[in-house]
Amino acid sequence: MNSFDAFKDPALCRSLLARLTEEAQTPMRFMEVCGTHTVAIFQSGLRSLLPGTITHLTGPGCPVCVTHESEVAAFLELAGRDDIIVATFGDLMRVPGPKGANLKTASAEGARVEVVYSPFDALALAKANPGRMVVFLGIGFETTAPTVAATIRLAREQGLDNFLVMSFHKLVPPALRALLADPEARVDAFLLPGHVSAIIGVDPYAFLATEYGVPSVITGFEPLDILQALLHIVHMRRDNIPRVVNQYSRVVPEHGNHKALAVMAEVFTPVDALWRGLGVLPQSGLAISDAYAAFDAFKVLGITLKDHPPLPGCRCGEVLKGKMPPNECPLFAKACTPATPVGPCMVSTEGGCAAYYKYRLEA
Amino acid sequence: MCLAVPMEIIGIADNVADVEIGGVKRQVRLDIIDEAPAVGDYVIVHAGFALRRLDRADALETIKLFQEGLNLELL
Ligand code: SF4
Repeated sequence: MNSFDAFKDPALCRSLLARLTEEAQTPMRFMEVCGTHTVAIFQSGLRSLLPGTITHLTGPGCPVCVTHESEVAAFLELAGRDDIIVATFGDLMRVPGPKGANLKTASAEGARVEVVYSPFDALALAKANPGRMVVFLGIGFETTAPTVAATIRLAREQGLDNFLVMSFHKLVPPALRALLADPEARVDAFLLPGHVSAIIGVDPYAFLATEYGVPSVITGFEPLDILQALLHIVHMRRDNIPRVVNQYSRVVPEHGNHKALAVMAEVFTPVDALWRGLGVLPQSGLAISDAYAAFDAFKVLGITLKDHPPLPGCRCGEVLKGKMPPNECPLFAKACTPATPVGPCMVSTEGGCAAYYKYRLEA
Repeated sequence: MCLAVPMEIIGIADNVADVEIGGVKRQVRLDIIDEAPAVGDYVIVHAGFALRRLDRADALETIKLFQEGLNLELL
């Protein structure tokens, strides 16, 4: 067994689970805010094995899901222009916008939409199509933002003039603050996203413990990581010493990844941003900085966000705040399934509704 | 889409590395990784970029702490 495989070791997991069950006497509600944690907790079977005192809430950790209705409408408007090639991560293809439109239907109607695996592939697309403007849809948290920033910097170094980015990037800490500031929030502890933290480090979460007294653990994605994080939380609650613990130190450096942070700071600038369900959150998004304005699709193409109401009937907004479990949405598994998704939380495999649907037999 | 996976570096040329996991091979860019990785290292890969090198010594230490805490022997 190599040193990383040990994190999946069933014997260790069973012992840790037994310890957790023994020690978790006080009821607690923990929230994870990372699509990969959502999937890991269901897929590993942990969710059904957790002691009855521990309630798992899934929060605003799916980047596709938190993309606001107005932002979806803006990129669909963009796809409708005939001089544009839209480059996007595949997850966005079926995210529903106004009147049931999505990138897939747009593409059936003649829009040119290319699915890419990396923002860097979008750059290659621009080079291969010198006569067209390639616009990459920049969606994601702090894990993705530096990859997009590095790509924009490369575009400038290479003198490309047909590559733009529509930046909808969002930042995790301001969303956590918004969740806790909500008087109806009932979150006792957070599991913090391992790969977002690999970029930003530990410090940006300090307020969770110091201002809100909410114990939180940065953790990885193996069953052992998650179980150990929960045990840390149980101990912090028992001792009444809330802290931010870095359980995932094999990947997360205390002060983050300075190279990634530097390119983000060079290319992007923090702005107030719109989140589905959470509304406008101060300094929670990343727009392209003035120095790189020539790559900003909003500025170059003159696109602005227009008001759009929530999708009719979809309760994604409440699901993302942990206020409603997906299976309590009246449309869940009826009108809304992964084959016929009404909202983005059912589209993305990392969405709370999709995870509940896929694993509902065991849940 | 937020998925980031550990992959092993099997070759490096300039700012691009060949990586592999379970037979799946990819090329990833090294523009934003903060410590230069070497062949044989595991790196966290996301959206075509290597984000971080996994620290083997730290992983062993974490596992050791688990075992000590649980009084277990590692198989
Ligand atoms: S089940 Fe469907 S309609 Fe209901 S909240 Fe989830 S995505 Fe929206």
